[in-house]
Amino acid sequence: MELLNIKDLATIASDDQNKKILDGLNLTINEGEIHVIMGPNGGGKSTLANTIFNSYRYIKTNGSIIFNGEDITNKSTDEIARLGLFMSFQHPVELPGVSETNFLKAIKDKKNNEHQDVFALQKEIKSKMEALNIDYDYLKREFNVGFSGGEKKKNEILQMMLLNPKLVILDETDSGLDVDAIKTVVKGINLYKNDNNAVLIITHSTKILEGLNVNQVHVLVNGKIVKTGDANLAYQIEREGYQSLLNEN
Amino acid sequence: MKTRVEENTTLQNIYDIKTKHEFVDKEYGLTKETIEKISASKNEPSWVLEFRLKALELFHELKDPDWGPDISYLDINKIATYVKPNSKENKSWDDVPDEIKNVFDKLGIPESEKEQMAGVGAQFDSEIIYHNLEDKLKERGVIYCNFDKAITLYPELIAKYFAKIVPVTDHKYIALHYALFSGGSFIYIPKGIKLELPLQSYFRLNEPGAGQFEHTLIIVDDDASLEFIEGCSAPGYNDLNLHAGCVELYVGKNAHLRFSTIENWSKNLLNLNTKKCIVAENGKIEWIMGSFGSKVSMLYPLSVLNGEYAKASYTLLSFAGNGQNLDTGLKVIHNAPNTTLYCDSKSISKDGGICTFRSNVYVAKKAVNANIAISCESLMLDSISRSDTIPVSNINNNQILFSHEASVGKISPDMIYYLMSRGLSEKEAAALIVEGFAEPIAKSFPVEYAVEMNRLINLELEGTIG
Repeated sequence: MELLNIKDLATIASDDQNKKILDGLNLTINEGEIHVIMGPNGGGKSTLANTIFNSYRYIKTNGSIIFNGEDITNKSTDEIARLGLFMSFQHPVELPGVSETNFLKAIKDKKNNEHQDVFALQKEIKSKMEALNIDYDYLKREFNVGFSGGEKKKNEILQMMLLNPKLVILDETDSGLDVDAIKTVVKGINLYKNDNNAVLIITHSTKILEGLNVNQVHVLVNGKIVKTGDANLAYQIEREGYQSLLNEN
Repeated sequence: MKTRVEENTTLQNIYDIKTKHEFVDKEYGLTKETIEKISASKNEPSWVLEFRLKALELFHELKDPDWGPDISYLDINKIATYVKPNSKENKSWDDVPDEIKNVFDKLGIPESEKEQMAGVGAQFDSEIIYHNLEDKLKERGVIYCNFDKAITLYPELIAKYFAKIVPVTDHKYIALHYALFSGGSFIYIPKGIKLELPLQSYFRLNEPGAGQFEHTLIIVDDDASLEFIEGCSAPGYNDLNLHAGCVELYVGKNAHLRFSTIENWSKNLLNLNTKKCIVAENGKIEWIMGSFGSKVSMLYPLSVLNGEYAKASYTLLSFAGNGQNLDTGLKVIHNAPNTTLYCDSKSISKDGGICTFRSNVYVAKKAVNANIAISCESLMLDSISRSDTIPVSNINNNQILFSHEASVGKISPDMIYYLMSRGLSEKEAAALIVEGFAEPIAKSFPVEYAVEMNRLINLELEGTIG
């Protein structure tokens, strides 16, 4: 079943409205699939992720986004999230004074639309932390404050596992991570992944793709998807770069 | 305070409950006759009436402060200077008239008394309607009673301390206070007695256009310790209300007093309160203060560190919304060597609210090795709100450590966006960030207050963000 359908999407930057970023982008993702988006810097990869979430940084000038049968093109970020979309941020924020526990409880309660039993939640969080090799001590710490880059990314995956969304967008979750941390992230994705949900991975490297069952790889250049292929396309890009690929066209 | 936040119910402001109450006496204005009438109804010794009348003269002589928020619109003739509720002072909540008891029930006062307090006092408009202290503490010589009663019951202590810590000449509104003072609490903790549970006094101003002038005097004798909690609130009306209370504190040698206040006056009230503490050798005063309400607050608790190694610490939080001007801070006088001041202040302003933090530190020549650390952080939720920090210091020796840090922040749109991407609404996102900002202060509050404070933050943000 079709989970995400993006048609003719075009955006400009809120703070520089002459700047076109996405320019006629089309993408369809079905349940059970893993898609990968690669592409040179500045091509619009992160913009795509944030446009789907209706970030204040971008303005849509054309196109539509249908998620799970609902038109989310003009919905607010929180409505979109509550429909079952999740993004692992490239640069997660820090929240001084907000403990990891309180943060996780707040988002989980919102998702369930009720206050969950604290002990049951604690148990659930701990089992997921264990899978991701996150120390329980982090529960008492302030959210992301003083966390290393790798710890912040694992914290994103932890939230993903806890919220169990329908579609996950991983925006360069692997960048800056060491090999072991990438393996942990992949483990998290595999624990989460099933036939009814889907993953969209934005990346520069194939490291994160090893151990994942990738269905499609898209190349995003100048705001458009210029090429789509299977997992081998990613390895070809890693070997040969984007330039030779673009010359082929 | 209200100790339990009812889940899954819409947030309703419990402080705004309006109660129809038939008072037995309501006096307007400020004349010799009103004061004589108030004094007569209290059966006070004659020196008290003389003192009140002297204070009245002073009030008329003294001028409004020439700094700080404008309060020139205050017309004392329109303030009900004395409102006597239709209730005597009771020792059991069962004897308090229902309509008054209901208010305190909703505020959670009797409930918290059962579980967490060693004693409770409750004032409704101008008079105390409930006061109680655990018997075992009475047996150990602890005194906790209505201040009016203390005047006749404990004349020696009153003669030694009353109006000595805060003199009548201090400023115009303390003169007003001494002319009209009514209700409040008197506490004496004998030498060496350490209370395990706090005492709590709650001041409720119910009547539209009324003033409240309660007097609190606390003496913590040598080697004793006390945690005192003071709560204040009023429902919102259009008439201007006035609160000009006075708190006099004395902390003896090696004694410790933790004085916590959660103030949620209605936004039609002027809060011109005066608080002062004298601290003897190695004693410690901790001021913990949450200011949410009032139209204008001017409140700068003063600590006089008279003994060597005396300490003062301030943990302050203010939250100013539309039409509010919260002018708070501290004054500290270091009169002895090795005295310490520590202050952590945070303020939040939104919808054009103004938070001002004033610190005024005096270090005497003999107060060598004084150690002073002041930090104040403010958070502004929009570009029309204001936050000011005004530090003043007068240092008379060069052997001290002094640090003053100030910072101003805004909620970043990226934080809001991130939290919304997790499903929280914009308001919930802002509330979580504000709670986080307030958290280091909130954790100093008694636990039920901390819960209440988060609820207040949520209430304050209701419908205003976004």
